[in-house]
Amino acid sequence: MPFDSPLPDVRLDADFWSLRFVEETCESFTVRKNVPLPFAATTDRGAMATVYADGGYGYAATSDLTPEGLLAALDRAAGWARATARLALVDSRTLPRPAPRGEYAAPTGTALPSRREWYALLTAESQAAALDSRIVDWEASMDVRIATHRLVTSAGGDVTQRYRFLFPGLAVTAHANGDTQQRSLNGYRGLCQQGGLEILDRFGFVGAGRRIALEALELVGAPNCPSGAMDVLVMPDQMILQIHESIGHPLELDRILGDERNFAGTSFVTPDMFGHYRYGSALLNVTFDPTRREELASYAFDDDGTRAEKTWLIRDGILERPLGGAISQARAGLPGVANARADNWNRPPIDRMANLNIEPGDATLDDMIAGIDRGILLETNRSWSIDDSRNKFQFGCERGRLIENGRLGSVVKNPNYRGVSASFWRSLARVGNAATERVLGTPYCGKGEPSQIIRVGHASPACVFTGVDVFGGEA
Amino acid sequence: MSAGMEACFTDLATLLDGALAPGERYTAWFSGEESDFVRLNRGRVRQPGSVTQRRLRVRLIQGARHASASLTLTGLPARDRADVLAALAMLREALPDLADDPHLLLPTSVVSSQHERSGVLPPSAAIVEEVLAAAPGEDLVGLLAAGPACRGFANSEGQRNWHAATTFNLQWSLYHRADKAVKSGYAGFAWDGGELARRMADARDRLALISRPPRSLDPGKYRAYLTPEAMNEIAGLLCWGGFSGRALATKQSALSRMRSGERLDPRVRMAEDIATGVAPSFQADGFARPGAIALIDEGALVGSLVSPRTAREFGLDANGANGEEMPEALAIAPGDLPKNDALAALDTGLAIGNLWYLNYSDRPACRMTGMTRFATFWVEHGKVVAPINVLRFDDTIYRMLGANLEALTAETELLLEPITYGERDLKSLRLPGALVSEISFTL
Repeated sequence: MPFDSPLPDVRLDADFWSLRFVEETCESFTVRKNVPLPFAATTDRGAMATVYADGGYGYAATSDLTPEGLLAALDRAAGWARATARLALVDSRTLPRPAPRGEYAAPTGTALPSRREWYALLTAESQAAALDSRIVDWEASMDVRIATHRLVTSAGGDVTQRYRFLFPGLAVTAHANGDTQQRSLNGYRGLCQQGGLEILDRFGFVGAGRRIALEALELVGAPNCPSGAMDVLVMPDQMILQIHESIGHPLELDRILGDERNFAGTSFVTPDMFGHYRYGSALLNVTFDPTRREELASYAFDDDGTRAEKTWLIRDGILERPLGGAISQARAGLPGVANARADNWNRPPIDRMANLNIEPGDATLDDMIAGIDRGILLETNRSWSIDDSRNKFQFGCERGRLIENGRLGSVVKNPNYRGVSASFWRSLARVGNAATERVLGTPYCGKGEPSQIIRVGHASPACVFTGVDVFGGEA
Repeated sequence: MSAGMEACFTDLATLLDGALAPGERYTAWFSGEESDFVRLNRGRVRQPGSVTQRRLRVRLIQGARHASASLTLTGLPARDRADVLAALAMLREALPDLADDPHLLLPTSVVSSQHERSGVLPPSAAIVEEVLAAAPGEDLVGLLAAGPACRGFANSEGQRNWHAATTFNLQWSLYHRADKAVKSGYAGFAWDGGELARRMADARDRLALISRPPRSLDPGKYRAYLTPEAMNEIAGLLCWGGFSGRALATKQSALSRMRSGERLDPRVRMAEDIATGVAPSFQADGFARPGAIALIDEGALVGSLVSPRTAREFGLDANGANGEEMPEALAIAPGDLPKNDALAALDTGLAIGNLWYLNYSDRPACRMTGMTRFATFWVEHGKVVAPINVLRFDDTIYRMLGANLEALTAETELLLEPITYGERDLKSLRLPGALVSEISFTL
């Protein structure tokens, strides 16, 4: 793998070329119902060649990293560029030719346990969750992923970035009286960060097995969430989904430019909105922040070589700029961010979210609860659905708690709510302070043709929205 | 290509045969493709490219202990042999750290197979030129995915399975404006320019309809005709754990209540129909798949997909299911409503061309929600009146395909899975359209 070694002498008749190398290893540990599942290790290694020639653009992905293999991939990419130049949507001669240079190393944090120690830790949580015969399934898991990416460009660019990601998981399912309810620690893989073992401490992973199991039992015996228009206090492990679906995706510039319309969809946001459109209440401040080192999608350069910086997308409720990488920016004539990302060596970069965060406000959790006469506290996403313009949404949570007369009340199951992005964020009434904030994310953001599934981070405080259409499950 | 991939796989299987220590066994799963992907937007080429990839997953078994290593292959024999031997050494070193697996189940017989279906495809660049030429002036957006893809299995007992197919899958949309569009697909083994022209002409006819002024409908209950493409989204959601033997055993399946009396309309029959799909007839642990597995018959849940692990854990019979226990060739049997009579039978209501982004609003009740998308029309007296602005439905499968099901179409569509996460998928569905007396729309 040419991370540290020189590249072959590339003599290509082209305007620009790049080689993006990816090596990722993953070790997966799972204990399900107190039985360790077989250990699984994955190594993925390859390179993406991209070429601009004669105004066209082409790519070719290969796992043959010998000089001959890389030169062949560049030739093939050049072939695509020339063969389709006449039909190209974008004249590649107008695109930037990046020459980034630098290195980035994500935090490695506290040293990781051995295989035996991982299994012992997960087995302890699994055993603690087996409380009752109503607990019908439970699982504790950990994926440890180590990645090295290198981008080399014909303009003199050479960037190497190294990462370590942890994906802990805890989920418990309870069944009673014909109903089944699942409770998890911050959702399915919602708990994910860069770093080391300190991530588990940060989220109270050790000891959470029993707590999650108790909450699953509580849920399966709880009444359905009531229906009606009411205030909702959305906790960070649901806010991340709300941000992702109804701010992140609609702000992706490639969606706005139409690339995704055949698959992931379009956007209700149009280019003329930037700079003045009121996306949310004045309390809404949204940033693209690849500099928060523990967050899942922090990096120094994106996969097209643009240097990554913290950037405001929505300030005081006003839409400022989209999530668009250098190529999309050139196409749209709009400013953007460093978010051209590919999920692996075998897919080309497209506009992705990376870290998309809501900046904390000044409300304490107690203040927010005290300010609600009738409402629901919503925790942990479990269901998500939104239209292809990213406007009409319906989301479901694992757990709700009634709020009545400013006091937190009993647990309710099947809390769902629906709304319209274009108006929902304007009902943002309180934004929690930094003490209510959690840094979460998902490794499963799907998009693109060909399809890609990528890691994104979301940090959010708890937030209050007013007059939301809330409802429960089937009667 | 396939021959080269198969030779690569066979060579590595032979290497593994010779590399085992006494008491060791292995299974190996190979996945490879040489794909062209051409992304289109605004009637132009947005991102064209090629991907060549080969992956091998080796599982080393010693008694009841086992572990797996998955690695990218280069196609360079010496390098790949070295990498596979290194992976084997890593697994050998890991096994002492692991506990015995009480749910390990391996095939007891050797069932080798060979299936290859080579398509006749023009170069992808030529296909793209033909596609764009067939839609001059149109706002066309989509993806062509084409080329050979293969899967292989081998184990230390001498079983060898190979499945290879060269296919194309063109998915495209013609846009009127904003979210008003018609979506089409053309997939198969042999390219036929005449068939593309027919499908493009049909798309342009529907585009004329979608270009009419749209109508916004209030939430409420509407009579509806779901095309096979719309049914694909409902079936796809059911495939997400609905038929899983493990999910049913642990009450997590959305269809669990069918085990305690809930039923669909007696005309509903669903099966995992590997024989008529494009998926391999073997799964990653080496178990052979039956040609068909009945899942729902006369509206009752009669079967499930049981992986080897689930079989051992819950005392069931394995039936060739993959580890996720998801159908790879789900078929819903046709009914008796001629497709061409569907709008007349609908009379007044919604003709739903596509649904989008389904998820459960109450999984144990199999209540699901999702959006209308693309060509969805308001119909009166059997005639299309106007496209509609998108609507959200929220209803249970027991109403939509139960009490409220009026008819299934007599014709079914074979829909090849266009999803390409990590690799080109080999799943398919064969589905009819459905006429439903009412569906609940909420937003």
